[in-house]
Amino acid sequence: MTSVERADVVVVGSGFGGAIPAYHLAAGGARVVVLERGPWLTSAEFEHDYKLGSSYTRIFDFVVGEGMSVLGGNCVGGGSVVYFAAMPRAPGFIFERRGSIGRRMWPAAIDRGALEPWYDRVAEALPVTTQDWSQVSYAGGLWAAACDHAGRTANPVPIAIDTGTCTMCNWMMAGCRFDAKRSLLLNYLPAAVAHGAEIRPLHEVQRVSRVDGRYRLHYNLIDGEDYRVTAGSGTIDAKIIVLAAGAGATPVILQRSEASLGPMPHAVGRYFSGNGERLNTAILNEERVRDVLGLTRGDGVAYEAYQIGKGPCVANWDRLDSSRPEYTRYSLEQLYFPLGLGTILAQVPEATGPTWFGVEKKKILERWKSWLTIFEMIEDDNEGVFGSPPAAGNADRISQQMLGVGRLQYQPSATTVAAWAAADADVKDILERDGLARVAPWTNDLIGAYTVHPLASCRIGDDPGTSALDDRHELRGHPGVFVTDGSAVPCSLTVNPAMTIAALAERAVPGIVAAARQRGVAVEYGAPAPDGGTSGRRATAALAADLARE
Amino acid sequence: MTATTPGIMTMTLEAFADTIVPGEKRSPDDTAIAGAADGPGAVAAGALELLAWSATGISDALPDLVQSLNRHADAYAAEHGLVPGGLVPAFVTLPFEHRTALVQELTAPSHPEKALWVLLALFSNMAFDSAAHLNTASALADGHPGLTAIGLRHPDEDGLWRFPQSSYGRPLAGLRPGTTLSGSPA
Repeated sequence: MTSVERADVVVVGSGFGGAIPAYHLAAGGARVVVLERGPWLTSAEFEHDYKLGSSYTRIFDFVVGEGMSVLGGNCVGGGSVVYFAAMPRAPGFIFERRGSIGRRMWPAAIDRGALEPWYDRVAEALPVTTQDWSQVSYAGGLWAAACDHAGRTANPVPIAIDTGTCTMCNWMMAGCRFDAKRSLLLNYLPAAVAHGAEIRPLHEVQRVSRVDGRYRLHYNLIDGEDYRVTAGSGTIDAKIIVLAAGAGATPVILQRSEASLGPMPHAVGRYFSGNGERLNTAILNEERVRDVLGLTRGDGVAYEAYQIGKGPCVANWDRLDSSRPEYTRYSLEQLYFPLGLGTILAQVPEATGPTWFGVEKKKILERWKSWLTIFEMIEDDNEGVFGSPPAAGNADRISQQMLGVGRLQYQPSATTVAAWAAADADVKDILERDGLARVAPWTNDLIGAYTVHPLASCRIGDDPGTSALDDRHELRGHPGVFVTDGSAVPCSLTVNPAMTIAALAERAVPGIVAAARQRGVAVEYGAPAPDGGTSGRRATAALAADLARE
Repeated sequence: MTATTPGIMTMTLEAFADTIVPGEKRSPDDTAIAGAADGPGAVAAGALELLAWSATGISDALPDLVQSLNRHADAYAAEHGLVPGGLVPAFVTLPFEHRTALVQELTAPSHPEKALWVLLALFSNMAFDSAAHLNTASALADGHPGLTAIGLRHPDEDGLWRFPQSSYGRPLAGLRPGTTLSGSPA
């Protein structure tokens, strides 16, 4: 007889959606196994290196789809290891969005006020802090000054970064060498391990089946250097599964499981949102920056500082106005986009020839120090749909790491296109004033639109026709299967979504604990923050009891 | 003459990479590099070394891509009444502006082979803008032409970047009214 490995709970993925439930369930007494597709790197292994095979390509994934390409984490800690740690909360109007389904997209139980205590828990755990202007990079300061010059406001964004330790190296996408970025490797995950959770890297879950009342997860072992190579396979059974493989992968696992688990809710693999993202590059005129904005770095240089910083520092939120109609609200956030993959998409302002390659493109590359990239996050229309899954994983891998071709299709609606155009025009208006810069959006012609914040491909909601999960994140028709990653977020948020993904994961935990208890797992809810802090727990105690509904 | 003949492969790929990030000719009789821009371009930056590395996933496909590119170039030349180049690969025969026009055609959203040509362009560009075949700090120390042209700063002695001076250090705009205590929009 073959022995089958069993756990109480198997968590698929170790980003925000996986690490947070893994910690609480392990701390509460459950036997938790976390299966993570990517490798497990420590801070000493995070390199400042663009060479293929360095940490940059080991922990980062770039999946090209049809009309939409998705960038995401591929390592223990998931997106938290590669992201830029901007942690704003979603504006209140977001929770009232209707999109094109004719009804509120979010569950009635969730609005900004209801989510606030869960945001607070995350803020305590990571922690998330506000920045003052002395912690804002030159690029952020330049964006703020340009906004001010245009009669606009600008805000330093809340961050999960220890600014005292941060060296402003701008290598965040390769993992933080200095442990300044408060990734999940520094809080939830070590706390989960301390409570007995097992984290298994290079385990890529392919599908789920049902055996004797349990769920069986079928995984491939991935080669640690060449992700195109499968080094074996295995299974593990669980009473409860938590899917948090990311919005580009969770629906693919469920699609592939349909043959054994039975029909999936209609919304699995539909309603994908790229968070309405788009980039613009400005090529600054250094003299005008000095003369018009009065900026100098003290050595006569006005800016020339694109390389310096910590991702996004400052956002313009003037259009995050609840009185404006849906699809006209967006934020404009200063961002650093690393060299390598993305630079080819930057277009030459007012090009006379090709916009993304050739002689004129080379000239703007030579002005790279004077670049400023502005990240638009508009309200898109959840246009993404996943086609049939590939043979394994969520993409056919091309390169040994990082680059693959997935099955996501995305055809932007007229409202999305119009929102991008309005945001482009706004960036141009702010930055081309008085000759400060020349601005052009990145092209969508090469790899379609692109997102670093995939969302909504398996979303929560009250309407079974348009949401895959109920308001406790349980997959409709499949009790004991929970989804807690970005795919659960119903729509684009007009701000960076990590804080909201994490808050929703915190909010989902009491329901997952209750479901585990119903299946005989000896687990309690009520762990403090990973470092033992209890202020967040106090504020959510009463809410948790309601969510448990035992 | 076949696509796998070393000289044909090299010249064709060099001409393609040079179309993406153009550079100056290595010698007056350089035919692969068109000399459309001053300073080194993608070829000098090591595009062929990067393309040939199996880690990219594109190296095995290069002979087919070269053959296909030269077929497209033949068709393009015929369509535009250009003279074939004899022993030189067809793509290399094309003057720079025609190489550019052909690459635009091949990478246009409607072209059925777009994904392949975008991939070839992507790695050609990466050789210049990030030297993805080399350790970044070493490449910079050795004067890698792309990283140098871009103006990437040199790291500290341990190969890591740190910027002690990083901020204008003063408020530069008013905050949006209604910003919450957490620093988020309301």
